[in-house]
Amino acid sequence: MIVALIDYKAGNLTSVRKALTSLGAEILTPDTPADLARAQAIIVPGVGHFEATSAMDASWHDAIRARLDAGIPLLGICLGQQWLFEGSEEAPDVPGLGVLPGRCVKLVPVAGSIGSLKVPHVGWNALKQTGRPSRLLAGVQDEAQAYFTHSYVAPESDATMASTEHGVAFPSVVEHDLVFGVQFHPEKSGDTGLRMLRNFLDVAEERRVS
Amino acid sequence: MLSKRIIACLDVRDGQVVKGVNFEGLRNAGDPAELARRYNVEGIDELVILDVTATLEKRRTMARTVATVARELFIPLAGGGGIASEDDAAAAVDAGADKVSINSAAVANPALITTLARRYGSQAVVVAIDAKLEGDRFGVYVRSGSTPTGRDAVEWAREAADRGAGEILLTSIDKDGTRSGFDLPMTAAVSQAVSIPVIASGGAGTFEHFSDVFTQGCADAALAASVFHFSEHAVSELKAYLDAQHIPVRLR
Repeated sequence: MIVALIDYKAGNLTSVRKALTSLGAEILTPDTPADLARAQAIIVPGVGHFEATSAMDASWHDAIRARLDAGIPLLGICLGQQWLFEGSEEAPDVPGLGVLPGRCVKLVPVAGSIGSLKVPHVGWNALKQTGRPSRLLAGVQDEAQAYFTHSYVAPESDATMASTEHGVAFPSVVEHDLVFGVQFHPEKSGDTGLRMLRNFLDVAEERRVS
Repeated sequence: MLSKRIIACLDVRDGQVVKGVNFEGLRNAGDPAELARRYNVEGIDELVILDVTATLEKRRTMARTVATVARELFIPLAGGGGIASEDDAAAAVDAGADKVSINSAAVANPALITTLARRYGSQAVVVAIDAKLEGDRFGVYVRSGSTPTGRDAVEWAREAADRGAGEILLTSIDKDGTRSGFDLPMTAAVSQAVSIPVIASGGAGTFEHFSDVFTQGCADAALAASVFHFSEHAVSELKAYLDAQHIPVRLR
């Protein structure tokens, strides 16, 4: 299984690489959009500012969409998940990939709820499953916890498979056809995170065989 | 609801954990990887590997320790102790640390906080503050608590956050090693002054101390070392205790 891990210079890919390697994946870090041709799955990781995603320009957008159309699954992690949507108020001029509807917004916990809630939202929090059928969440218990670190959140849509509460509820797992996204860091979320990465690779494997 | 984090600190010297470790059934009680594995099974939320080695040569052993732990554990891992420069931080990150903890170097050169935050993101930068009560304020000390800086801990925490720190690791010099409880007034003062998470450290002795620091101390996370060595199931028992006190924790 060859997984393209897109390095757009937003943070350190070591942990994601390690987790995928432990699951038996071979990692490809594409230098150009053309390198995606070999990939059997694509992962867009990332931490930091939405502006950083502008390193993935229109040629990357086109290549990633083309691979999706060819049946290659795509997983966005954290900032990578936000990038799957149309954009973010964090960097209004930078377009997202737009394969999921809506724009990302700043996480604003409702004042007065349970003491003072801090932003960024850092730490372990529960994934409340919406009950929609999800391949990414296969075998994951409802309310299992995952490790988050972020200040912006994706918009609500039919793609929401799990949501998480931090003053307000926001989508923490999204899925639509071959597009998958998680707001937390599966590579840092213990067995729950590894299981979801495994599930994503399984989707890719099924596509490859069929 | 966001869980309160329980963080285990491994003080490592020459590749061995140096605080008293006395688990039954460990092949090598001082082996950090073995200890980390045990804590992970018990449900620890995060690990800090603190290098208490002095020399450069032994630092390389440290990088190997981080790498060994990072290879098999998929929970947040911070590296710290003696990180004096961007290169030192890079060595820890390259070895597999998700976060670096900087202390004296941040006080001496606050711009280092911003440099590291730009390079790795704020979530990767933990500013460690060692402080103790001085009159009507909490004074910041560096060089393992031996050298006063003349700075106020609350004000320094605010500055660190403004410069790009993602978390504050606040250690009470008065409480460290006493097992008499965390410094609740100091933790609350710092935690309420910044919008980034504050990890309380120093003084943990009983399970009640943890619930106190999460409620009265307003801590977002609590760190301890030797208290987790008391019994084989200290981490899981602590979490069950906190859960019974209605403090949100991650249970396994």
